[in-house]
Amino acid sequence: MSTTQAHIKIASENSYIIYFGDPDSLHINAEVSASIAATCEQVRRHFGARLIDLVASYASLLVIYDTTQCDHLWAKNTLKTLLNTPQKNHQDSGQLVKIPVFYSTKYGPELTLIAQNSGLSVEQVVSIHSTTEYRVYAIGFAPGFAYLGEVDERLATPRLATPRLKVPTGAVAIADRQTAVYPASSPGGWNLIGLCPAPMFNAHEQPHMPVSVGDRVQFEPIDEQQYLAMGGVLHEL
Amino acid sequence: MSFKVLQPGLLSLLQDLGRFGQHNVGLTTGGPLDSEAFLWANRLLRNAANACAIEVNFGGLQLLAQTDSYICITGADLEVTINGVDKPLWTAHKVCTGDQIKLGYSAQGCRSYLSVAGGFNISPSFGSSATVVREKIGGLNGSKLAANDSLPCSKTTQLLRQTLPQASRPLYAQDAIEKNAENIVLRLLPGYQHHLFDSATKARFFHSQYKVTDRSDRMGMRLEGPAVPCPSQKMLSEGICLGAVQVPADGQPIVLLNDRQTIGGYPKIGAVIARDIARLAQLRPGDTVQFEAVDLYQAHTINTLAQLRFDATILQQLED
Repeated sequence: MSTTQAHIKIASENSYIIYFGDPDSLHINAEVSASIAATCEQVRRHFGARLIDLVASYASLLVIYDTTQCDHLWAKNTLKTLLNTPQKNHQDSGQLVKIPVFYSTKYGPELTLIAQNSGLSVEQVVSIHSTTEYRVYAIGFAPGFAYLGEVDERLATPRLATPRLKVPTGAVAIADRQTAVYPASSPGGWNLIGLCPAPMFNAHEQPHMPVSVGDRVQFEPIDEQQYLAMGGVLHEL
Repeated sequence: MSFKVLQPGLLSLLQDLGRFGQHNVGLTTGGPLDSEAFLWANRLLRNAANACAIEVNFGGLQLLAQTDSYICITGADLEVTINGVDKPLWTAHKVCTGDQIKLGYSAQGCRSYLSVAGGFNISPSFGSSATVVREKIGGLNGSKLAANDSLPCSKTTQLLRQTLPQASRPLYAQDAIEKNAENIVLRLLPGYQHHLFDSATKARFFHSQYKVTDRSDRMGMRLEGPAVPCPSQKMLSEGICLGAVQVPADGQPIVLLNDRQTIGGYPKIGAVIARDIARLAQLRPGDTVQFEAVDLYQAHTINTLAQLRFDATILQQLED
């Protein structure tokens, strides 16, 4: 943490945004993500009931506070103090979450495309995707949608020119060097490579998601039988 | 005990003050676009500030009372009748089982709030009854109101009716426009990527008029006017707060509202203060706004004074 620089900027009348590392750099890194996850906990502890909400993302943390409980001076000073407090290295922090994936060229049609573009076999693409350890960099876009990175450079693929009107629930997909599981059926332009039978968002159970920002994720290949046995559903695309 | 929806109107949504503390799973806040009118609707019925009420967008809602209670309608200027008899806004009204409540279409402003004594009893999802249709969360099954929906509430037979004195009723955009006066001023706190916009662009932003377009919804108000693009467009997605003014490559500002996505990757010049979001939400396509920069101290003072005014306002008691 001590090596990660942090800058506090105004976001609104009741929120500050903390930028970690170089604010204008587009570089994603796991150390920054781990620092952000650790800072989230610190902010929760120091702000208590004064905290309204937090949004952790790739290189920033938005802290929304209650102006009826504290003013902006207190909020900024508290953030400054906790950012200046040395912390241990969080490189290996975050729980490791295993997520099963039924990789399939039928249900993940861009698996073939990615193999062709990279000059690799489908098996090699699956092997690279499932042996990489990803970090949860951000959650957003839709309830339960976690942005995981970084995908091996060889598999990086731009979004589809024409997004699909309907991506099925559980679709595992790649966009550039990010990968994700669609928590619910929605329109989407990411490249589909398989299906995940485990729910990524459950409104009725705690925790609502299997992962949080800063966690590490690894995909475990399963076959069609296992996918169905785990409650997976097959939809024609 | 409930109210039955006879006609839902264009877009009527159950709302409380919003859903907080759930951004970590990607849920937005929702809640009333005009929080000021919403708070008055509850206070006029002596409800808790966060009681569940209906946000009626553009009017057209018709309800059938299936219990005895009191209701209050605030916000956009529209015609309200109970069993065909005209009723004033910003005023508590008694309703009895069988009464029909009709809201016309708003002539000025576009969001109205209908509260009921004690609030609607809606089981909260993620701690709130606020409906966010895009997320299918809140309200009744995450949907906007539909004909035949039943909105549960408790029975209230005795409540001292009160009204908000005319002088204290919020002035919406249209008032200023009608008097052929200035534009609506949106006070903005420079922040986020403000430093990346060049000074000529910032000057243009604060000295130009922007028109509300019809491509606006509960996620954001899309404005149209002199382009103010940010020279650097590439950035990592980051948390978006209420009122953030995002400027995509075309240079046309979008003011993000209650149903915004929680993260986004467009540069932002700052954020409009919440009080002015409430006024912006009442504007219609074609209305014009102008931005004015304020600092955190001014924003703090504006909020404190407004809260003091709200608390100090004396409601007028009515005879039954």
